[in-house]
Amino acid sequence: MSRSTIDIVNRNLAKRYAKEKRFRLFGLVSILAGLAALCFLMVTIVSTGWGAFTQSYIQLTLDLDPEVLSISDPQDDDQWSYANYTGVIKKSLRERFPDVTSRRDKKRLYRIVSPGAGYQVNQLMQDRSLLGQTVTVWLPADDDVDSVIKGHIDRSLPENERRVSDKKLSLIDELVNSGQLKRKFNNIFFTAGDSSEPEQAGIKGAMLGSFFTLIVALLLSFPIGVAAAIYLEEFAPKNAWTDFIEVNINNLAAVPSIVFGLLGLAVFLNWFGLPRSVPLVGGIVLTLMTLPTIIISSRVALKSVPPSIREAALGLGASKMQTIFDHVLPLALPGMLTGGIIGMAQALGETAPLLMIGMVAFIVDIPGSFTDPATVLPVQIFLWSDSPERAFVERTSGAIMVLLMFLILMNSIAVLLRKRFERRW
Amino acid sequence: MPFNTLLTIFIVVIAFAFFAGQRRALKLKSDGSSLHSLPFYHGTWLIIVGVLPAIIILLVWSLLDSSVIRSVVLSELPASLMSVSAAEKNLLFSEIANLADGQTASPNADVLAPIADRYLLLQSMSGKLKLGLALIVSVIGFGLGWLRLKPDFRARNRFESTVKIILMSCASLAILTTVGIVFSVLFEAMRFFDSVSILEFIFGTHWSPQIAIREDQVGSSGAFGAVPLFVGTMLISAVAMIVAVPIGLMSAIYLSEYAGPKFRAYAKPLLEILAGVPTVVYGFFAAITVAPMLRDFGESIGMSVSSESALAAGLVMGVMIIPFVSSLSDDVINAVPQSLRDGSFGLGATHSETIRRVIIPAALPGIVGAILLAVSRAIGETMIVVMAAGLSANLTINPLETVTTVTVQIVTLLVGDQEFDSPKTLAAFALGLMLFVTTLCLNIVALYVVRKYREQYD
Repeated sequence: MSRSTIDIVNRNLAKRYAKEKRFRLFGLVSILAGLAALCFLMVTIVSTGWGAFTQSYIQLTLDLDPEVLSISDPQDDDQWSYANYTGVIKKSLRERFPDVTSRRDKKRLYRIVSPGAGYQVNQLMQDRSLLGQTVTVWLPADDDVDSVIKGHIDRSLPENERRVSDKKLSLIDELVNSGQLKRKFNNIFFTAGDSSEPEQAGIKGAMLGSFFTLIVALLLSFPIGVAAAIYLEEFAPKNAWTDFIEVNINNLAAVPSIVFGLLGLAVFLNWFGLPRSVPLVGGIVLTLMTLPTIIISSRVALKSVPPSIREAALGLGASKMQTIFDHVLPLALPGMLTGGIIGMAQALGETAPLLMIGMVAFIVDIPGSFTDPATVLPVQIFLWSDSPERAFVERTSGAIMVLLMFLILMNSIAVLLRKRFERRW
Repeated sequence: MPFNTLLTIFIVVIAFAFFAGQRRALKLKSDGSSLHSLPFYHGTWLIIVGVLPAIIILLVWSLLDSSVIRSVVLSELPASLMSVSAAEKNLLFSEIANLADGQTASPNADVLAPIADRYLLLQSMSGKLKLGLALIVSVIGFGLGWLRLKPDFRARNRFESTVKIILMSCASLAILTTVGIVFSVLFEAMRFFDSVSILEFIFGTHWSPQIAIREDQVGSSGAFGAVPLFVGTMLISAVAMIVAVPIGLMSAIYLSEYAGPKFRAYAKPLLEILAGVPTVVYGFFAAITVAPMLRDFGESIGMSVSSESALAAGLVMGVMIIPFVSSLSDDVINAVPQSLRDGSFGLGATHSETIRRVIIPAALPGIVGAILLAVSRAIGETMIVVMAAGLSANLTINPLETVTTVTVQIVTLLVGDQEFDSPKTLAAFALGLMLFVTTLCLNIVALYVVRKYREQYD
């Protein structure tokens, strides 16, 4: 007895439908897995980085006594720059806790204020009329104290397994109870350069370094990229040279970024003798790296301008150059700008090639020009991520949050620009 | 001369040349003759002949003069200092530069002082010559250009052909970059292969690039067998691809075949955020979160997982590559003509059967191309492995152990102090050469496959 086709089909149908469902579910699970990874990444970064935006400060009454500062002659600038600013803080701490007497306990007491707090006093005393007066200031606490305040240190552990001793904890508690130890907005994080003390370390230097580097990259890569795109899209004859250019651009787009770093090191630093660690060289290297992105997106923008515009201009007697620069380019510019911003966002997040040209040094000073040694935000993140202290892990995540904010901002601008100027012909 | 002054001078000179040309043309016009080009182009003509050559001279001269002066100065060193190594020459040169700067604390101050003076002299001479030459060329160009300004002068055509040349040189920069990469990496790699044989480099299984500073130290030779690095790179890339290919491909299939327009509109950009996150962030995430998590998990089930395991770096790298695979595959799947789907549905196939039996085979070359591009991405990825993978060159294929990769070694060899004649530094360029050649081959094959496939359905 021969079965009809429909029976054969029906026999397997339930199985096939189940298979269909499983396949579809697998697809959905894949997407959700990707999104879950994204979520996990963001939640981890934000939850560890959140604390970096606040910092514990200790309120101290400083007696700016010329004797303690060892300033005998207020006219002498040298004495001002070598004055004993830390001494003032120590004295104030001793007066605040008169019952701390032994050498070891005193040492421990001094360590609750950041070892770099003398710098803050120095900054404060830029106003030289304060000499001899008494001021009340908030000074950054040491990173261990900060960890206690933020609850990163488990008080229930036995004393020898804890970073902070019982005596120090009691000092901290006393200050907290008298309202002299508080978490405040972490100004230093946004106004200081790098430092080996986490509570004194900030990202301003790295942000400015990134800024200078990106300015160089933008000023070079955007005009060059647009010019290259115009040539390839509008003028290039169909010949071997043009093909060769195109193959090169496509390949450069996929060359690992670290190879551009090797190029920068060998050509710009060793051959041309440009200085190491400066935003100028970093910008040039990033230019070479982002050029393919900008060229490709600019070509797409040029392609989307309909031929009728060109024909109309040519018909009215404009030369080819006039047609392109006066009529096609203005219409393509928003699309090119979008590509340029996306290229810059890519450059902002790039780390590896900048390591090769020495933008990885420990730089405390805040760069002021294109030729000052500087580091950039992603490299700063890389540098801090090596430090085991909890406070640096927190600051690394904080710096990542700032970096991601900038990236989100740039990409949003690109999206808005595209939405605003998008035209259907 | 400070940069800002130079810039101001240029702007003034350019403005002067432009207005001079334009005024001249307007004058000719008001004299009653009809011009071939608009006065604007006469202005640009004077910029082209008057300023452009000077700018080119200044740029080329500035790029070359420091290395020329350097070699002249070094060639005039006294005989007692001539026979030192290249690294010591570098030191000597920076000493000379410091002396010229006015810092006198130098061990060889008395010997080097006359050379420092010579260096200063050369520098100021070069600066004067540069400006003088630029000025002369500028004046001559301007004068000759001025003489040519006649009513029938084709200023527009001159301007347009110059612009075209500028546009073409911008486009050719891509070639220059490639040539720059090839030569910089190749030259240094050749110097490396002078001291280490190429066979030992490619087939050797022992990697320890630390070379003793003094001759008499133990283990002074260093070993440059790169096989452990290649294996490590492939191991981490393989882990990454095992994560990225199924998830990326299935995401692309779901997005292009099943998802409604609304889901697609949200899910696709969200997924692409993964591609926009800087790699240093992934590296931090892998080192601080994923690696300890894997180690603790391994401990809890009684396996020893290294805290810098290849698995952690590979997993995170895989996550980074997901959007790369998915958006490229999305493109190729969308390029499969609807008629193929309709034909398959018409024969009674379910949606998943259509996808597996018709769409994927049809899109296979494109998908293979996408995967090859993703592999080249994974091989060249640097920051994740620098931060999350280790430094010790183990020859193993166990993903729970620590391995190191080509990119990690390039970074460790080149960050910090460099001496450009030690094999240790040059080895980084040899590794860079391998990396460049490998990714180049992968890219060329992938682009060829993708292009060939696109043509098939166009």
